[in-house]
Amino acid sequence: MTQIRFIINDTPTTLTVPPMKRLLDVLREDLHLTGTKEGCGEGECGACAILFNGELANSCLIPALQANNATLTTIEGLAPKPEPFTTAPLSSTLYPLSPALHPIQQCFLEQGGAQCGICTPGMILATHHLLTQHPNPTDAEIHEGLAGNLCRCTGYMRIFESVKQAALKSQPQTEN
Amino acid sequence: MHADPTQFALTAPPTLAEALHLLAANPGLHTPIAGGTELMVALAAGRLNQKSLLSINHLTELRFIHATDASITIGANTTFTDIRRNLTIARDLPLLIQSASWTGSIANQNRATLGGNIANASPAADTPPALLVYNATVTLISSTTTRTIPYSDFHLGYKRTALQPNELLHSVNIPRTYSTHQHFIRKVGTRNAQAISKTALAAVALLNKQTIAEIHLAAASLADRPLRLYATEAALQNASLAPADFPTTLRQARAALASESHPIDDIRSTARYRSAVATNLLEQFLHTLTP
Repeated sequence: MTQIRFIINDTPTTLTVPPMKRLLDVLREDLHLTGTKEGCGEGECGACAILFNGELANSCLIPALQANNATLTTIEGLAPKPEPFTTAPLSSTLYPLSPALHPIQQCFLEQGGAQCGICTPGMILATHHLLTQHPNPTDAEIHEGLAGNLCRCTGYMRIFESVKQAALKSQPQTEN
Repeated sequence: MHADPTQFALTAPPTLAEALHLLAANPGLHTPIAGGTELMVALAAGRLNQKSLLSINHLTELRFIHATDASITIGANTTFTDIRRNLTIARDLPLLIQSASWTGSIANQNRATLGGNIANASPAADTPPALLVYNATVTLISSTTTRTIPYSDFHLGYKRTALQPNELLHSVNIPRTYSTHQHFIRKVGTRNAQAISKTALAAVALLNKQTIAEIHLAAASLADRPLRLYATEAALQNASLAPADFPTTLRQARAALASESHPIDDIRSTARYRSAVATNLLEQFLHTLTP
């Protein structure tokens, strides 16, 4: 067992875990942040995607020890927290959810970019990473940015439209 | 079912020197792990045989891109994303940029490293053909020695490399001598995105009018290791691409390629398909060459 420390969704956290435990399992089992999903478990489907030091990463492929000193954002931490933070906890006593939605989440809601929802957290974080890198993405950039996220329900068109709307909404500013 | 993570040890020495000392103290005990995009897949599948791992991806000493007038040196911990964002590499080494761009997804490119892609030594890996045609060298480092060898001498067989148990891959050095060459690279996989190669061909060539003055060729998945195609290069050296000569040139090149290709049937393709496609890629490359 190894002690690791990281900042997750703005909250400094210290844990004692097996160093080779997958970060995905640390998030879901130790921190009860179950918004991050497991699909394939081998880095192909993107359901477990998080932001790792600001970069999109598949948490199923990260040993817990490599998250030591990292800054992590999961789907639970994407929406801005209200100030002052007074919301009652919804999913976890440690990591209360914000009742607000991030603009990308709102676009997925409005465009029907989710059906069963398993791929949705990863899709939204991949979209966030895409719009950080390419605030005004071409269709090809959207295709590439989301190529690592598989969806078995939507046929992708509504997800694509969600991303297009999110890109429009985030113009001209792209912060969050 | 997933492997039990408590059965595995993982340490993260704070410095490169300490990592090398750990490797030297117990040669063969520790397996280095960088971005985890290969070994963590094996862990999840319950087929990770190495029980003691050494995390190296936090070692900033190995994450750099350094360019001089003569060459570009890329540290082993450099990610594919780092490579894709580097303007010098984009200008001088288009084959490397292209192959980095089709290595896995963006999420994987943010974690996976050039050193891992090489040291993992898959014959299907995306960047080795580009590095082979660019005549790259690799620097291997231990607690006591540093040695630099041609990358073409690094792969010794299926998943066997020149790395000694006490060594880490330090960096890859690529000469900046290809700005006037014609470049070609194409990967054939099951899909456009996130596919592992059935086969791939990388090439650079210099023409003197309609004659090939210099040519380097390398392929993925045509042998037990990433393969520099020396026989095919020899067949094409000084060959004429003039329309009247092209059929003969092509026939000789195809025969040479067949002589040095040893593809296999596996989960992703068949030997026959790989040979046919590699030949077609070579022909396509020769058609793209312009005087």
